[in-house]
Amino acid sequence: MKGLIAFLMAAFIAGLLSTARVAYAEPGVPNPLRIGSEGYYPPFNFVDQSGQLKGFDIDIAMALCERLKVECKLVAQDWDGIIPALLAGKYDAIVASMSITDERKKVVSFTDKYYSNKVRFVAAKGGGFDPGKLDGKTIGTQRATIAANWLAKNAGGAKVKLYDKQTDAYLDLAARRLDAIFADGLVLHEWLKTKAGAGFEMVGDAYELDEGIGIAVRKEDNVLRQRLNAALAAMLADGTYAAINARYFPFSIY
Amino acid sequence: MMAALHGMAAESTAQLLAGAWLTMQLTALAMLVGTTLAFPLALMRTSRHGWLRAPAYGYVFFFRGTPLLVQIFLVYYGLAQFEAIRDGFLWPVLGEAYWCAIIAFSLNTAAYTAEILRGGMLAVPLGEREAARALGFSRWQEIRLIVLPRAVRQALPAYGNEVILMLKGSALASTITLLELTGVARTLIARTYLAVEFFALAGLIYLLLTLLIVRGVRLLERRWALPGQAIETVPGTRHGDLLA
Repeated sequence: MKGLIAFLMAAFIAGLLSTARVAYAEPGVPNPLRIGSEGYYPPFNFVDQSGQLKGFDIDIAMALCERLKVECKLVAQDWDGIIPALLAGKYDAIVASMSITDERKKVVSFTDKYYSNKVRFVAAKGGGFDPGKLDGKTIGTQRATIAANWLAKNAGGAKVKLYDKQTDAYLDLAARRLDAIFADGLVLHEWLKTKAGAGFEMVGDAYELDEGIGIAVRKEDNVLRQRLNAALAAMLADGTYAAINARYFPFSIY
Repeated sequence: MMAALHGMAAESTAQLLAGAWLTMQLTALAMLVGTTLAFPLALMRTSRHGWLRAPAYGYVFFFRGTPLLVQIFLVYYGLAQFEAIRDGFLWPVLGEAYWCAIIAFSLNTAAYTAEILRGGMLAVPLGEREAARALGFSRWQEIRLIVLPRAVRQALPAYGNEVILMLKGSALASTITLLELTGVARTLIARTYLAVEFFALAGLIYLLLTLLIVRGVRLLERRWALPGQAIETVPGTRHGDLLA
């Protein structure tokens, strides 16, 4: 009995030590590399039927880990807590279609962009929605996004509804609670192809509100950032990136 | 810089207070409707007739057995899936996140409050019911004049608990786009990344609201206390000793 307890204690302490110790494969790159993503942002990150995180972001993250010769450990995290959780050390990098913005740069560092995006309105086909006349309209967007920030400043007399997940906003647009959704054009493009999105279309101009989509790391992890940048550049050069891109879009999104 | 910071602090505070006001509305309305529903439910649960007991049992079982988050999603996103509902006369109500939250919260708290009330009713001394019957009270008179007044008094402390749980449960309204206290805090955090600061502030406001509820319930307990059963919680008094 005593032996068993001693064994369990030893096992427990060993477990503690192994998680506490950060093993570096290369200087500055922890192994495993813990990647934070979300899971409600198809086709960039979503949870498939088997409960696995999938999507463009995830493929990019996996390819980066492979190149850095580290194991990738994916962590699903609600969007509006994704930066606080990075700062709290729950993972080492965010690969979740995060826009590079000046506000975010105050708290995290970004790698070079890994794709480009523009923000668009989507509204009912033939509904006469006009982005120039937002007064009195109800616009849906995801909380803690560049689209939400833009609406906070420019929506005027429109009512802005904030969603935790992009997919929840689709439900409310389909239910006609919303006149329009303001969100990433590539993500909307994907939704418009679905059955639920059939009655809707992009309306108005495309807004360029960020410096592209990047991977966020903690400010002190500069070496990790540089390694990720080098790996990203290599993937772009040798066609790995193009292959991943082709799985999701018939055109380049870089 | 300082002026800008002060401006931001003032604006954030105003937004948090607006959120707290919405939280209070949601909690108060849900408790009002839920408690009203709880009386017939509790009476049905304690009925002699199986056909009255069964549906009440089923109701309580369903609403206690599923998460509040699931219930609020079913009411808000679920019902809106049906064309018939969107075209129906109830859409002006069901289309609004505010009323969806109130409906879900009311139905949920009705189940718990009914059980609290049932507990209070079962704790009414049998002798008092027998006395009512000996005096020739009808069954309805017995319930209305003897059982319920006693049951409500006995259920009050547990009911206070339920109000507090509802207050905190109302945070789930933020998942259906309502900017109640938690929703405002999350939005402010999204803008500033001051997660600890704003959650702590929101927590403090919840704490103050809870204090109000605790005080309110105690006031009711005192007011409704039967002679000789005055609730005194000051240590050293007879009742305080009993509690200790």
